[in-house]
Amino acid sequence: MSYDLVLRVGTKLILPFILLFALYVQFHGDYGPGGGFQAGVIAASMVILLAITCGLDLAHRIAPQAMVQRMVPLGVLIYAGTGVAGILMGKNYLDYSVLAQNSASGHELGIFLVEAGVLITVAGTMTSLFYAFVERGR
Amino acid sequence: MNAVWPHLPILQVVIPLFGAVLAGFLRRPGPAFAVALVVSWLMPLIAGAMLWQALATGPISYHIGSWPPPWGIEYRVDVLGGFVLVLVSTVGAVIMPFARRSVAFEVEEAQQPWFYCMYLLCLTGLLGIVATGDAFNAFVFLEVSSLSTYVLVALGRDRRALLAAFQYLIMGTIGATFYIIGVGLLYLLTGTLNMVDMAARLGPEWAGHSRAIVAALAFITVGVSLKLALFPLHAWLPNAYAYAPSWVTAFLAATATKVAIYVLVRFFFSIFGIAIDFRDLPVAEIILALSVAAMFVASLIAVFQTDLKRMLAYSSVAQIGYITLGIGLANQAGLTGGLVHVVNHALMKAALFLAVGAIFFRVRSVQLSDLAGIGRKMPITMTAFTIACLGLVGTPGTSGFISKWYLATGAFDKGWWLLVFLIVGSSLIALVYVGRVLEVVWLREPSAALENASDPPLSMLLPLVVLAAATVYFGFETQWTAGIAGTAAKDLIGGLR
Repeated sequence: MSYDLVLRVGTKLILPFILLFALYVQFHGDYGPGGGFQAGVIAASMVILLAITCGLDLAHRIAPQAMVQRMVPLGVLIYAGTGVAGILMGKNYLDYSVLAQNSASGHELGIFLVEAGVLITVAGTMTSLFYAFVERGR
Repeated sequence: MNAVWPHLPILQVVIPLFGAVLAGFLRRPGPAFAVALVVSWLMPLIAGAMLWQALATGPISYHIGSWPPPWGIEYRVDVLGGFVLVLVSTVGAVIMPFARRSVAFEVEEAQQPWFYCMYLLCLTGLLGIVATGDAFNAFVFLEVSSLSTYVLVALGRDRRALLAAFQYLIMGTIGATFYIIGVGLLYLLTGTLNMVDMAARLGPEWAGHSRAIVAALAFITVGVSLKLALFPLHAWLPNAYAYAPSWVTAFLAATATKVAIYVLVRFFFSIFGIAIDFRDLPVAEIILALSVAAMFVASLIAVFQTDLKRMLAYSSVAQIGYITLGIGLANQAGLTGGLVHVVNHALMKAALFLAVGAIFFRVRSVQLSDLAGIGRKMPITMTAFTIACLGLVGTPGTSGFISKWYLATGAFDKGWWLLVFLIVGSSLIALVYVGRVLEVVWLREPSAALENASDPPLSMLLPLVVLAAATVYFGFETQWTAGIAGTAAKDLIGGLR
């Protein structure tokens, strides 16, 4: 099966920028619209675009099935683990103020970690949903 | 120990969540089962400690993220909450050893780790609904438990399980949507999502604005009634129970509908009961009428079922009718009876569905026609089954009698003689469908197909025997069930206007 040359080259050119945009949305979530969920969807769309234009095998090489399936619980683990850190440091669950020297930067770090967890879970879930659908016919 | 003590409400929810994540990571059936077993056995200890604390010193409050309520999410465990938490976690702990072989037999190997992952997520959601004191947080946990339940139902080997799960998904989503619309209306009125704060703000000054409260009440009642399968909103239940893996049916029948009943009681007595005078609204009458209809119609449908699992599913709808009857009566004895039946029915239905799982494990069929004389081949299993059946009917000496005694007393206190007769009459229909099964099981000659059938291995037999023994034990010793339910009922009714 052959793929259209323009699409393939164009896709490969645009891929890094999609990932960069995902990270921008992720980190700019503090100040503007965005956050882990949107960034996760954008990151997953990169893998999906690659699979559509260049074939599933190439997509599996950059995002193997096993890795994607483990990303789903990993993100939840990071989120819940951030919460448990509060208990271990002697405060309540999800109390971010213990994570750094002062309360404000503790909250910033807490939100950062939680959003990272969301990014990983959403990207993993979106990609495995896509894999689950396209592999049905194989 | 002192360091852990104040964090019990959140640990109750977070430990199964971590267990689910871990089971998802391990991706092998054996280790995933081990995680599920350890978590399930840990849960009753936490729940028991909290119930003990709530009985001794009053409600426990926990502030997530140290944000004080009503701004932050508060976890709140009172006597009723502790009671339901102990029930859900204990049922999970008792029936967990059964899962190993039953699930290995009924679920494909590649899906088994995900099965345990989904079970632990479901447990997270169910325990979370009860532990939280925040109406929106309860919705989130409602969805967590429901979504994982749809997956668990769909994992049944029969392809009809997919359709049953889809049907349940549609109905469950409608229920959850109705619930969240109701909560939205309450938020509009009070500006808070914290249940205690909501109740405090819905004081007498809201009497003039009661139309929105009534709308919220209607939405929440219908939404939660869908989840708890109150007749005639039960259409999803028979298929979901019949086609889910046997162990899932036992777990769901004992926990999922019971937690939905907790939500209904919580909203009726702790939030709406404080805001509006129920005597002006026909809510209790509607609930009573539907409960009586459930007791009779669902029992009659159960009489004509040929599939044992389906028959017990219809019997569940009927038994839920008894519980909501207690809620509708809304007096001390009636509500105690309803709450006691939550526990008693959970224990006997878990025993019955486990017995059905054990039969399927040996015979590969639960059609009544294939089970002639199975009592002689699987004596211990079928004895436990028979004891739980007698509990369903309400025979004196079983826990079912205690529930019905309290319900009848509740009806009697109101002077509703007819209702007392209806309770007794519906038990007679239960006797018919139970008797039909027991006749086939015990009094007929075993067929050739049952040649190799025998009692299942100990890991499956033990949970079954424990649950059947509990059915008898709680028929005599009622301090733990009726005693605590009575305390909870007193707290709830004391708050009513």
